[in-house]
Amino acid sequence: MSTLTTLTRVPGREAIARKGWLRAHKWLLLRRVSQLGLLLVFALGPWLGIWIVKGTLTSSLTLDKLPLTDPFFLLQAFAAGHLPYREALIGGAIVVAFYLLVGGRVYCAWVCPMNIVTDAAAWLRRRFKLQSARAPSPALRYWLLGAILAASFASGTLAWEWINPVSLLHRGLLFGLGAAWAIVLGVFLYDLLVATKGWCGHLCPMGATYSLLNVTGLPKVSALRRAACDDCLECYAVCPEPQVIRPALKGDASPIVSSINCTHCGRCIDICAQDVFQMTTRFHHRRDGHEQGTDHIVDRLGGGSARPVH
Amino acid sequence: MSDPGTLPSDADAQRQANAARRRFLVQVSAAGGAALIGLGLGVHARQAAALPAFAVRPPGALHEAEFLGACVRCGLCVRACPYDTLKLSALGDGVAPGTPYFEPRKVACEMCPDIPCVKACPTGALDHALEDIAAARMGLAVLIDHETCLNYNGLRCDVCYRVCPLIDKAITLDMQRNARTGMHAMFLPVVHSDACTGCGKCERACVLESAAIKVLPIEQAKGELGHHYRLGWEEKARAGRSLLPQDVLELPVRRPGGGS
Repeated sequence: MSTLTTLTRVPGREAIARKGWLRAHKWLLLRRVSQLGLLLVFALGPWLGIWIVKGTLTSSLTLDKLPLTDPFFLLQAFAAGHLPYREALIGGAIVVAFYLLVGGRVYCAWVCPMNIVTDAAAWLRRRFKLQSARAPSPALRYWLLGAILAASFASGTLAWEWINPVSLLHRGLLFGLGAAWAIVLGVFLYDLLVATKGWCGHLCPMGATYSLLNVTGLPKVSALRRAACDDCLECYAVCPEPQVIRPALKGDASPIVSSINCTHCGRCIDICAQDVFQMTTRFHHRRDGHEQGTDHIVDRLGGGSARPVH
Repeated sequence: MSDPGTLPSDADAQRQANAARRRFLVQVSAAGGAALIGLGLGVHARQAAALPAFAVRPPGALHEAEFLGACVRCGLCVRACPYDTLKLSALGDGVAPGTPYFEPRKVACEMCPDIPCVKACPTGALDHALEDIAAARMGLAVLIDHETCLNYNGLRCDVCYRVCPLIDKAITLDMQRNARTGMHAMFLPVVHSDACTGCGKCERACVLESAAIKVLPIEQAKGELGHHYRLGWEEKARAGRSLLPQDVLELPVRRPGGGS
């Protein structure tokens, strides 16, 4: 894993030179529009009195009709021994159905407000070439999810909500931040100085919950033109979950990035000067014969030290 | 590279075993770390689960221990409150972060007849079974300081009594002789827990620098009789007659000087 971070240049320059700035930031811009747009829809009420959505990402009511409830919060409430009203359960079912359709981790890359914070830390890390320190196991978040549910059960409270940076930040922007800025800053500094992509990629139990919902989503990133890969390693550098790329990019099987941890952020598509990656669907397995032919050559030729080693 | 003297397969097996051991140790430490965080959260939750005395939950709120397991911290009740009485706790406010509360000394509950905050709750942390706001028990007003209360000093302040939405039910004035002057009356405000909703109007309106009457969580405000206690006059009223057989009880007659 550590060799993934041996990239010593700031990624993206070649993509910008080849494709132009706009195309090299297409998915990033779309995500920022989505993240900020959702935040704005929530904020229109408290800021301007235009009540399209009430509540927070935790549980909300849109146009006084549509209830939406975050499944991670429902899980904690279940563990704490409370069966919520039907309204919250229906809201939770709608959210679960939506993320089963689009892919669970879409929440992380396209909705979650913390993503902007951790993306900023990751960008600064690359910009100033901060060397990676030890990150915990990416599986820690699943253990943490289990521990949180156990703590919720034992304490009878929503245990993660004492410190959850995601809900503290989102709620803070709508209702008043209090001391939540300190926790958000803590996550930012952790990602900047301690562990690359430490929060979203290793720790966040909310993301872990959405990973578990990331099994049936229709849109998928695919290394469709993987034969054209020139081993520049830039996709690994920008990916929030770099371990998900290799099986699709360098494996012999489907080029679709099928890991449940892929957030569908599309940054690999932006950053690749060779246009290896595309957003496709999970059913799009086809590769054309020409590429399949060159694939083997690249595999043979590319066996040297430039290849990422895991 | 493998040692020339060793068979490559042995070296491979060794490397695989090492890798497996490393993976196992990483998982164990991840599990241990997660367990520690979970333990810390659980302990913290137990310590921090009590509501501070200045804060009162919205009407219909479950008992605090259950409330913290039912409220998803969404803020819909706060948005439904037409008087901006309710607010969501921010980190550092002393109330569980993200949960709704109000501070009666700053803003009291207006006791809306349609109780919009309760209707807005999607989880049941605010119990929809509450349909009559007069049945709400957000807390209980307690005239906590007799030394500074103006009425206890023989003045006719009466403000807490006058502002009470359930005047003469939740707060009454009890006339007593003023022993200090020997010639005046005192009108002592008395709170009745069978009517007080804990709306906080009295605490909000108390004219003192710091209120002499305060809304407290009910479990802190109320005593509890021993469950085996029977109050003789109540038993008597229920039975319609004295339950003591006549002439059974003979009390000794004590006289000064030890004689009887």
